[in-house]
Amino acid sequence: MRYLPLTDTDRSAMLDVIGAPDVDALFVDVPPEAQLDGPIHGLPMHASEMAVEKHMRGLSKQNLAAADAPFFLGAGAYRHHVPASVDHIIQRGEFLTAYTPYQPEIAQGTLQMLFEFQSQVARLYGCAVANASMYDGSTACWEAVAMAGRVTKRSRAVLSGALHPHYTEVVKTMAKFTGDTIADARPSIQPKPDNSGLISRIDDETSCVVVQYPDILGRLSDLSEIAEAAHAKGALLIVVNTEPVALGAIKSPGEMGADIVVGEGQSIGVGLQFGGPYLGLFAVRDPKHVRQMPGRLCGETVDADGKRGFVLTLSTREQHIRREKATSNICTNSGLCALAFSVHMTLLGEKGLRQLAAENHRLACLAADKLAAVPGVSVLNDAFFNEFTILFDGDAREIVRELADDRILAGVSLGRLYPDVAEFKGGLLVAVTETTTEEDIETLCSALKEKLT
Amino acid sequence: MNAPNKSGWKPEMTADGGGYGPATHTGNRALMLDEALIFEIAGNDTTGVDLPEVNPAMPTRLGGLERKADIGLPGLSEPETVRHYTRLSRQNYAIDLGLFPLGSCTMKHNPRLNEKVARMPGFADLHPMAPNSTTQGALGVIYELAEWLKTLTGMPAVAMSPKAGAHGELCGILAIRAALEARGDARKVVLCPESAHGTNPATAAFAGYEVEDIPATPEGRVDLAALEARLGPDVAAVMITNPNTCGLFERDFRKIADAVHAAGGLVYCDGANFNAIVGRVRPGDLGVDAMHINLHKTFSTPHGGGGPGSGPVVFSDALAPFAPLPFVEKTADGFVLVEEETAREHHKQSFGRMTAFHGQMGMFTRALTYMLSHGADGLKQVSEDAVLNANYVLRSLEDVLYAPYANSGPCMHEALFGDKGFAEGMSTLDLAKGLIDEGFHPMTVYFPLVVHGAMLVEPTETESKAALDQFIGALRSVSERAIAGDESLKTAPHYAPMRRLDETLAARKPVLAWQDPAAD
Repeated sequence: MRYLPLTDTDRSAMLDVIGAPDVDALFVDVPPEAQLDGPIHGLPMHASEMAVEKHMRGLSKQNLAAADAPFFLGAGAYRHHVPASVDHIIQRGEFLTAYTPYQPEIAQGTLQMLFEFQSQVARLYGCAVANASMYDGSTACWEAVAMAGRVTKRSRAVLSGALHPHYTEVVKTMAKFTGDTIADARPSIQPKPDNSGLISRIDDETSCVVVQYPDILGRLSDLSEIAEAAHAKGALLIVVNTEPVALGAIKSPGEMGADIVVGEGQSIGVGLQFGGPYLGLFAVRDPKHVRQMPGRLCGETVDADGKRGFVLTLSTREQHIRREKATSNICTNSGLCALAFSVHMTLLGEKGLRQLAAENHRLACLAADKLAAVPGVSVLNDAFFNEFTILFDGDAREIVRELADDRILAGVSLGRLYPDVAEFKGGLLVAVTETTTEEDIETLCSALKEKLT
Repeated sequence: MNAPNKSGWKPEMTADGGGYGPATHTGNRALMLDEALIFEIAGNDTTGVDLPEVNPAMPTRLGGLERKADIGLPGLSEPETVRHYTRLSRQNYAIDLGLFPLGSCTMKHNPRLNEKVARMPGFADLHPMAPNSTTQGALGVIYELAEWLKTLTGMPAVAMSPKAGAHGELCGILAIRAALEARGDARKVVLCPESAHGTNPATAAFAGYEVEDIPATPEGRVDLAALEARLGPDVAAVMITNPNTCGLFERDFRKIADAVHAAGGLVYCDGANFNAIVGRVRPGDLGVDAMHINLHKTFSTPHGGGGPGSGPVVFSDALAPFAPLPFVEKTADGFVLVEEETAREHHKQSFGRMTAFHGQMGMFTRALTYMLSHGADGLKQVSEDAVLNANYVLRSLEDVLYAPYANSGPCMHEALFGDKGFAEGMSTLDLAKGLIDEGFHPMTVYFPLVVHGAMLVEPTETESKAALDQFIGALRSVSERAIAGDESLKTAPHYAPMRRLDETLAARKPVLAWQDPAAD
């Protein structure tokens, strides 16, 4: 067994030192009725590297990889080109096989990286402080709602109808157990988000308003008026972003008055990976809120020689110190995904991020125009970044399935996200990134044309 | 492990930590290279990617929300980027460098086949909402891994979506609360031993429960009689780690579970220490209702410097109907993903959704690869070697280090020591920093809370006898220095990339993001 270095000679020499006749004697405290008499039944025995690789490759071949088809899926997970050096760096054993940096003298690599990551995220979001990551965007969203409750001492969260429905589900699930009240709504199928409707739902009991930017339908609007309305009632504005590349082109949430900004960082460096592991981003605009933040924070300090170094800090908020009084139960988060994000963001830099965003937007505009020219198809959005909603007379879910059979991954149907809403049946979310070619766009347009006539 | 130094030369260690030789111009010491922050070495105009120049004349449809001000993101070319992170990486200890004996963290070898498989395009380049017909292999991985986890634990159901151990704990406790509420039973209290991981009380409190301690016996196990006396109609659940964090198997676990069930409560088992029993004992045979499994511990997915983890939760029949969405089901037409829509027909009692998508697919592929590599026979050998290694450490050091539960029977996969016997002024932290100078990552320190100056050593099955012997020698030597009151331990580490860091300063005046000094 290739991962086990002990030999039988070692084992018996060690048992001699221990004073045990055999290894079974070490399991003497397990009651006999719970002891198995041999390897567990119903599972195969050990296998060679070659045999295991073959089995797993067989399973991987049963999937249609995004690179092998015209690909337009988004809705909270986006396909971007990840430079080769990102994967090389995250596979360095010193990063890959390290633990949480509890011994800072021998973990400065991870700690400095986290400090740089936090600084990059804070700037991207227009915030003062970001934490060292959460599990993903949806759990970061819930943690932000919970934090707003601690800050405002209120428990009624108002969710925009245009928040990703899976994020809404996560927040509602958690709120069932904490006693928070969640006021949610359905998105209105309009060219612009219904900000005044959202504002009218804010009252004196509201802890926070949660808005997605760009929203689930890809729409964009200035959030300043929502921030003002929330602040006037003593509530916080939480802005959720599921496509960080957009922030290379559009105003940051912090600039528009968001108090907490959370999001999914998967687009930068992490890859699609069928939904995980992803990277939850979490930041606050005002440093006074830092002590109510969930998760780990890396901070600057000095060592005994006065040399600059980094440590995990303010851990009196955390479960391993505060136990039942912690701000969150989170422990392990998404460290290696944070590294991937940080490396990719360093390769991009200000210039590259702006170019990447511009290229995404250029191709998305092109796709929107071409799709709008398909008879029977209209584009809903007034404004968008790299994802928009198209509408047609037909069942988008069915069409997505049929096009998949022709090896075209056409987008995420609104019917999959909102199975209950009949008027969304003909809605399709189309995401376009720098990986999309003009040929891909033509293929989608002709396929839709064929399906709709 | 390190090759022994044949000449017998050893570095001179002086009490003030000096002895470095002449000062250098750069502050570097040969291969000990300091590295500035990206913000200090990079400019806003440098980039390591080739993308088309931005055309300012191009019309946009951004709703007038163009980001005009500088974001302030530093950029580096590819060679600079690779060098920056390679230099940083060399300041990290890692399992690839040596024994990493963090108790309850299970730092075992991360096989590279796992990494190769996770990167196969059919897994890595797959969108979570791609049509089911194009993701049958990925759904198949989730299904196959679920079958392995159910068989290894002897439990009938598993929720795959939780993102890490603490998220799994939350999933288990929420299912317990949903099950109790479904029978109209509003219980208020969750019992946890004082030796529990901090995540246990934090999770129970999150789910709205009051947390009370379960008393322990002097031998380091749950006090069954005291627990039985506390059980009653207000107790929703117990949360017990087995093997526990003192490194002992809870002999009475079945009796505990029976008593809890008889009192109408449910049993949560923290599965962080599953590596001690995997393949040898099935938690389902012990009366467990819910247990999370850290794929990043027992099943070798890398810790990555703090995640990502993955925390599937196995459930008993009593809790299975309340499991969260989504999950994978096998039908005559292949695998299907059961989401909110389809769940209405046959999974109405689900307590909801814990995350946007289906869980940590990248960890599932790695864990399944690991399980297939070991097989049923290999996994049994894993737990046996892990337990053998821990007992070897315990019995090799109990003459020099205080081992509070040395007479409580064999330990499981971790050995617990305390600071009793250290010279006045010497602490567990000093010993830990001394171990760093010896070339080892320290063990878990000051946990569990029930032992003063606790040191929890988990060697895992990854270590050879020779590696253990070297570690035991080092720990013995540092322990003797702590007992003798060797002042040089107070200023350790001396040979790490950094000296001891001022954590108080970091918390008192938090600097949590880079600020441009020129902007002040």
